[in-house]
Amino acid sequence: MSLSVLLKNASQGITLGCATLLMVSVGHAAEITGAGSTFVYPLLSKWSATYNEKTGNRVNYQSIGSGGGIAQIKAATVTFGASDMPLKPDELQAAGLVQFPVVIGGVVPVVNVEGIKPGELKFTGPILADIFLGTIAKWNDAAIAGINPGVKLPDQKITVVHRSDGSGTTFNWVNYLSKVSSDWKTKVGEGTSVSWPAGVGGKGNEGVAAYVNQIKGSIGYVELAYATANKMAYAAVKNKNNEFVQPAAKGFQAAAEQVNWTEQPDFYQIITDAPGAGSWPIAATVFVMMYKEPKDAQRSKDAIAFFKWALEEGQSDAQSLDYIPLPGTLVKQIEASWAKNIH
Amino acid sequence: MASPQALELSPVDLQGRRERRDRLLDTVFRYAVTVCAVFVLISLLGAAFSMLWGGRLAFSTFGWRFLWSPEWDAVQKNFGALVPIYGTLVTALIAMIIAVPVSFGIAFFLTEIAPPWMRAPVAAAVELLAGIPSIIYGMWGLFVFVPFMGEHVAPWLDEHVGPLPLIGPLFQGPPIGLGMLTAGIVLGIMVIPFISSVMREVFNTVPVHLKESAYAVGNTTWEVVWDIVLPYTRSAVIGGVFLGLGRALGETMAVTFVLGNAHQLSLSLLEPGNSIAATIANEFTEADSAIYLSSLIALGFLLFIVTFIVLAIARFMLSRLALRAGKIT
Repeated sequence: MSLSVLLKNASQGITLGCATLLMVSVGHAAEITGAGSTFVYPLLSKWSATYNEKTGNRVNYQSIGSGGGIAQIKAATVTFGASDMPLKPDELQAAGLVQFPVVIGGVVPVVNVEGIKPGELKFTGPILADIFLGTIAKWNDAAIAGINPGVKLPDQKITVVHRSDGSGTTFNWVNYLSKVSSDWKTKVGEGTSVSWPAGVGGKGNEGVAAYVNQIKGSIGYVELAYATANKMAYAAVKNKNNEFVQPAAKGFQAAAEQVNWTEQPDFYQIITDAPGAGSWPIAATVFVMMYKEPKDAQRSKDAIAFFKWALEEGQSDAQSLDYIPLPGTLVKQIEASWAKNIH
Repeated sequence: MASPQALELSPVDLQGRRERRDRLLDTVFRYAVTVCAVFVLISLLGAAFSMLWGGRLAFSTFGWRFLWSPEWDAVQKNFGALVPIYGTLVTALIAMIIAVPVSFGIAFFLTEIAPPWMRAPVAAAVELLAGIPSIIYGMWGLFVFVPFMGEHVAPWLDEHVGPLPLIGPLFQGPPIGLGMLTAGIVLGIMVIPFISSVMREVFNTVPVHLKESAYAVGNTTWEVVWDIVLPYTRSAVIGGVFLGLGRALGETMAVTFVLGNAHQLSLSLLEPGNSIAATIANEFTEADSAIYLSSLIALGFLLFIVTFIVLAIARFMLSRLALRAGKIT
């Protein structure tokens, strides 16, 4: 046998092998598609990678934003949508959807003031609302100085940084401000995007983080992961229990445990301004929406299998990324709701 | 059977066939190029109409108020286009004020003053600038230019130009660094390569004997460029300026980074604002109600109209200029 024939045979063998491999992986792997919340994207991509290693199934998640996720699932272009803002039960009913929480995180205020270190500054909800309304305009305002004795505050204008795009982070932030300030509630209200009375807008959590880092005397709000990753000066906030809480996983968990998740259908709960000791006041839940009667039952089953795995076994992944796993009882309740609602 | 017959054809027949074939080819060619031209028209009208259609809910709900209302409130579902239109026009104006003279200077230098060995590399560098993606300009703007504006330029302007009468209010404001002035300057830098490469190209087309004659009667380099080169190439130069203006009006990414994205109407150029393209890019994916989405599409339609009106005004001014030039000579 000549060399060229040998090579030819070998290459044919390799091609055949590759083709077989390809066919096998295509034949067995399910592709689960989802879209929505940017907040949950780091976790979902990690879950997807681990899940793919274990089962060969793949999750294709596009982080287009919570509003976009809701729009996509309503248009039935994806198997699941993810949003930091829960849909009201009647709206879900009308669209034939169910929703369930998958993970909990927190929104934190971050500041860029000369000499202020992470965790040094304290705020109350009404003060945050007044700053974002523009009525508290300077850092050395009596209201801020009053609850921050010993902190040297400059005579500097406050520049508010908010989101320029619609966002579930914004929803949780303004929902909290509406709960603690009647002024905010009547003048601005709540939603994924609002008409900001003051400040500049950055696109995405990373945009807000970048602006706060750039602008001296600024204050913004981001998910905790962005604050720690960018080494930003986050601040403590007073909760309903009248104690100042530092933003951390413990506080988010305390807030999540205060909530009776089955009080309303479809786990409709917004956990901002939660009561109880140690609760972080601006905790946020990521919800997933799916169809009750999916067009493609197999895909829906694959997605449920993925979330079952994620809620039961994927929790170490969540913790490593600063997210809070759901309490065990809640996971049981979610699984019961799947069995009951999704066909 | 056919080939022997063909051989027997007389020269007259051959010529007739050739003419028929040429006529056919001419017709086909005419239709082909017409289709090309009509394609542009159809896609233009199609895009305009589909945006008008998509924005019909906003136009019918808000009526003419949509044009001059400064409101942009997704909670109350109350939308108006004044802030984005204002921001778009102001930033494009600042960009043109910077880009046109600088581009003229670049083209002037490269065609008349620069030593020959320098012309090709500098011209290539200018064209390379045109190829840089706008997001790069945006990131450079945010991380390098915004802090510079915030620390050095804005405080100086606020202190020294702010108290002046008339133009003072344009330059009063907090030293954020983000804002319409910053966006206008970044846009200006972005459109310089477009305008200057067109200018350089057309300056090179001016016949040498025209310039040599002018030099021969004792004109300075400036006089040659201003009185001979510029009038000779005027329409092409204005075309280049239009190209830059169109880009400045529609630029999205770079503007989003440095404009501040705030729906606030303020006279000061140091304050953040918003532009039509930036608003659409920021808010389109998250527009969660029908009227919100429709308002954003309506904004897109207005960008069409604004661009059209600006270009029409520029054309009108050009024709007046040509008329005046005709009277002088």
